Amino acid sequence: MIADDDEKWLAAATSAVKQNAFYMQRAIDSNNLKDALKFSAQMLGELRTSKLSPHKYYELYIRASDELRSLEMFFRDETARGCSIAELYELVQHAGNILPRLYLLCTIGSVYIKSKDVTAKDILKDLVEMCRAVQHPLRGLFLRSYLAQVTRDKLPSIGSELEGDAETHMDALEFVLQNFTEMNKLWVRMQHQGPAREKEKREKERNELRDLVGKNLHILGQLEGVDLVVYRDTVLPRILEQVVNCKDELAQCYLMDCIIQVFPDDFHLQTLDVLLGACPQLQPSVDIKTVLSGLMERLSNYAASSVEALPNFLQVDAFSKLNHAIGKVVEAQVDLPASASVTLYLFLLKFTLHVHSDRLDYVDQVLGSCVSQLSATGKLCDDKASKQIVAFLSAPLEKYNDVVTILKLTNYPRVMEYLDHDKNKAVAVIIIQSILKNDTRIATADEVDALFELIKGLIKDFDGLTDNDEIDEEDFQEEQNFVARLVHFLYNDDPEEMSKIIFRVRKHILTGGPKRLPLTIPPLVFSALKLIRRMRGGDENPFGDDTSTPQKILQLLTETVEVLSDVSASELALRLYLQCAQAANDCELETVAYEFFTKAYLLYEEEISDSKAQVTALRLIIGTLQRMRVFNAENREILTHKATGYSAKLLKKPDQCRAVYECAHLYWAEEGENLKDGERVVHCLKRSQKIADAVQQMSNKSRGASSTGSVSLYVELLNKYLYFLEKGYPQVTGETIQSLAELIRGETKKAESGAGSFITSTLRYMEFQRQQEDGGMNEKYQKIKMEWFE
Amino acid sequence: MNYLLGAFKPACNVSITFTDGKNRKQVPIKKDNGQTVMNPLFQSQETIAGKVIIEPYQGKKVEHNGVKVELLGQIEMYFDRGNFYDFTSLVRELDVPGDIYERKTYPFEFPTVEMPYDTYNGVNVRLRYVLKVTVTRGYSGSIVEYQEFMVRNYAPPPPINNSIKMEVGIEDCLHIEFEYNKSKYHLKDVILGKIYFLLVRIKMKNMDLEIRRRESTGAGANTHVETETLAKFELMDGTPVRGESIPVRLFLAPYDLTPTHRNINNKFSVKYYLNLVLVDEEDRRYFKQQEITLYRLKADTSSV
Repeated sequence: MIADDDEKWLAAATSAVKQNAFYMQRAIDSNNLKDALKFSAQMLGELRTSKLSPHKYYELYIRASDELRSLEMFFRDETARGCSIAELYELVQHAGNILPRLYLLCTIGSVYIKSKDVTAKDILKDLVEMCRAVQHPLRGLFLRSYLAQVTRDKLPSIGSELEGDAETHMDALEFVLQNFTEMNKLWVRMQHQGPAREKEKREKERNELRDLVGKNLHILGQLEGVDLVVYRDTVLPRILEQVVNCKDELAQCYLMDCIIQVFPDDFHLQTLDVLLGACPQLQPSVDIKTVLSGLMERLSNYAASSVEALPNFLQVDAFSKLNHAIGKVVEAQVDLPASASVTLYLFLLKFTLHVHSDRLDYVDQVLGSCVSQLSATGKLCDDKASKQIVAFLSAPLEKYNDVVTILKLTNYPRVMEYLDHDKNKAVAVIIIQSILKNDTRIATADEVDALFELIKGLIKDFDGLTDNDEIDEEDFQEEQNFVARLVHFLYNDDPEEMSKIIFRVRKHILTGGPKRLPLTIPPLVFSALKLIRRMRGGDENPFGDDTSTPQKILQLLTETVEVLSDVSASELALRLYLQCAQAANDCELETVAYEFFTKAYLLYEEEISDSKAQVTALRLIIGTLQRMRVFNAENREILTHKATGYSAKLLKKPDQCRAVYECAHLYWAEEGENLKDGERVVHCLKRSQKIADAVQQMSNKSRGASSTGSVSLYVELLNKYLYFLEKGYPQVTGETIQSLAELIRGETKKAESGAGSFITSTLRYMEFQRQQEDGGMNEKYQKIKMEWFE
Repeated sequence: MNYLLGAFKPACNVSITFTDGKNRKQVPIKKDNGQTVMNPLFQSQETIAGKVIIEPYQGKKVEHNGVKVELLGQIEMYFDRGNFYDFTSLVRELDVPGDIYERKTYPFEFPTVEMPYDTYNGVNVRLRYVLKVTVTRGYSGSIVEYQEFMVRNYAPPPPINNSIKMEVGIEDCLHIEFEYNKSKYHLKDVILGKIYFLLVRIKMKNMDLEIRRRESTGAGANTHVETETLAKFELMDGTPVRGESIPVRLFLAPYDLTPTHRNINNKFSVKYYLNLVLVDEEDRRYFKQQEITLYRLKADTSSV
């Protein structure tokens, strides 16, 4: 509704402007000065409206000021034709209405300056003074904006065509500053115009006009004569005076930002005191963090862009000034939200990282300041603030790409303490990610301690937060995954230090509780095993230190893995025991290896009850045992016997069958001299076949002739036989295989077997080996007489 | 036919010319019928000289009882129209009674005539200077011809010319102080000044400066006052804040002003006022009127 009216009024005003501009142009074309003035004044009279919103008014202003350009040309032509410009200057002031009069005055004024008949100073001074007459904020702003625009290229600055000694450029400066001051006053005053209920809308509109005010600062920034001295002694104090005194949030915020963006970096650096000194004087509601952060960002970029600038930073001690200023601001603005103050420190930190990346003490100081600020507020519940802290803590990581450096920052963990649990974990993850990404080696035990202190959010549960109900399982896995990966990055070439590291890591990891341990212990174990293997490969420990012998470490691992079985992760524990056993084997520590096996067997017996798990576990046991070389015959006999016993006690017959034939391997090792007990191998295979027979009978009984399961068992057995045959074991004879093959044939004839392709490929393999010319394999296969092959 | 018409026509054509008529400055003056005519311009103490030419129509003879030329300074009140009060009256006899047969030229001269007042054309009063030629005839009526001329007198810049400075206001509402640089301005002068706002509690639309002319005629109980606004000049747009000062710069040249006339021959006065008007958003007007004295400076003989 209102917008419609706005459009209507704008349309009416626009058409009036057009019409008068047309008549004005016609008068100009016929050199009729009087009419040209009359119609231009009428045209400008449209700008006296109070009905338009700032946005629409701007459109109207643009139209009218466009038209004024041809009037300016006309004035210039008139003076070229001999018309006295001083008279023209008077003539335009005969206009009865103030606004058209002043627009015309500005227009002719700009021509006057160009003509150099008078000093630019006088005209500029007159114009800027006369413009005071328009006190209506909107109209005044646009009028002064027009003034700034038409005089912009005529300011007598150094280097401009209008001669510039020091005196005159100060005049130009004075002019722009004054125009700026007046415009700002008008702009600030705008908020009080009209009813209070539309304040919000008005502030929005006002914000749209800010660039009109800011334009003056741009002009100042581009004035040639403004060097550091002038800026420091005149420009900045004057602007700041206005900014502080206007006591308006919107203006202060915008103008501070303007100052920062418009003037060169080295000016800021040299006037840091003054600029920062103004900050605590601003209104409490001013978003000071945006201002300061803008400044620091700029300075950071400056430092980054030019190397020569760096000494200047040191010279003016930019860091401590900024740090001090932020402290002041935080102090002055009591209800500054935590997020804001953290943001401030964040930008200070970024600044420090850019400019003084070599000064870790500065970085730590920033962190310290932040801590003391946070200590007033306590733990952060504010989500925004927490996010800022996360960014704050990530900044040094991104900069140094080296967690080891971060570990030297004593205040770093103290900042983390103010985060809630989730955010704390997030930071920890970020830290770990940094390590992973940058392949950072954490090489000393002390560093490890410090690091785990930092990431303790991931390592253990916090008090009062043991209730993990709401924790997303996937996230948890993910986090622990990171921890697990981290463990592998803790590495030192020196075995002694490495073992220290492992001891420390273990200490930390063990605090993790039942949910974490199954995920975090394995990497620790493997890391330790790696070390053990390395020690075995290297020389004897020259120091003879107790802590770093393989025995000691394995001892430690025993205890560690034991914890797992306590938290009902028995299968995992069993696997780890077996791994340890292998390592012990490699280190030729028979008793230790035996110990591990014992533990594994105990676990198998006591903890693993699920039949499938049993099958898997048993296979692992068999596989591991098969490779153990360290045991003497007696020990081995015990362990093997036990394993075979377990095999026979499995619940399902097929599983029994398979486990038993696997056990056959335990009596036959390629390398081990003392381990070629053919009798036992055949014994196992026979037993296995018996079980298969039983399976076959059972299935025949229960399901008629349709069973296939046991046929594949036979085929598997057949393959085992072939394996041992190839290995050249004498007890495995052609007859045995032949009979088995017959059996399979018999069974397959009875029923279509699902294992058909298995059988066929096995047979094809046998046939192939038979045909082989060399390698002696054909001889072995020749023993097998089979009618099948016909 | 010709003869008949001739009986009603004046028997001769009388014209009056000034000696330096070609070179003398002419200024326009508005006649009653709205037309503007150009008349020669004089000032006090000048010698007014010229010729009167009497040209009888062809074949006619003009009998007369004497020819004279008078220089009159007259004031005419509009409520008493047609009745002139002569404050100056000079006479020159040009001819003794006799007959005129052919064109005859009479030179005349009024040396250093005292003409203390300016020609003035107001709302209710007019002051004019005129040359009146009378050809006196007995029974057929005298022949009279007029020639108006303008008089403007110049004043030196006043030795004392104080500024006008004043503080006015409405309690707890509006408090201003204004200053005009002089109290006496010449007709092409420019009024400079400043308006200081000491207290502003009303919302203003604009502020104007008006030039008002107050013409009072008659005396005593019959005094008639007429006020005209000759200029309305906007000084300010919008509401200022406390401490703001608004510049005043008003050029007087474009307006049709006369010098201030005080008690001209006890008949009339013309005074000028500056009226500062503030208009608030409810269109209420707050104003303060100050008299200024206008005078004509010698230098500005060049225009109106």
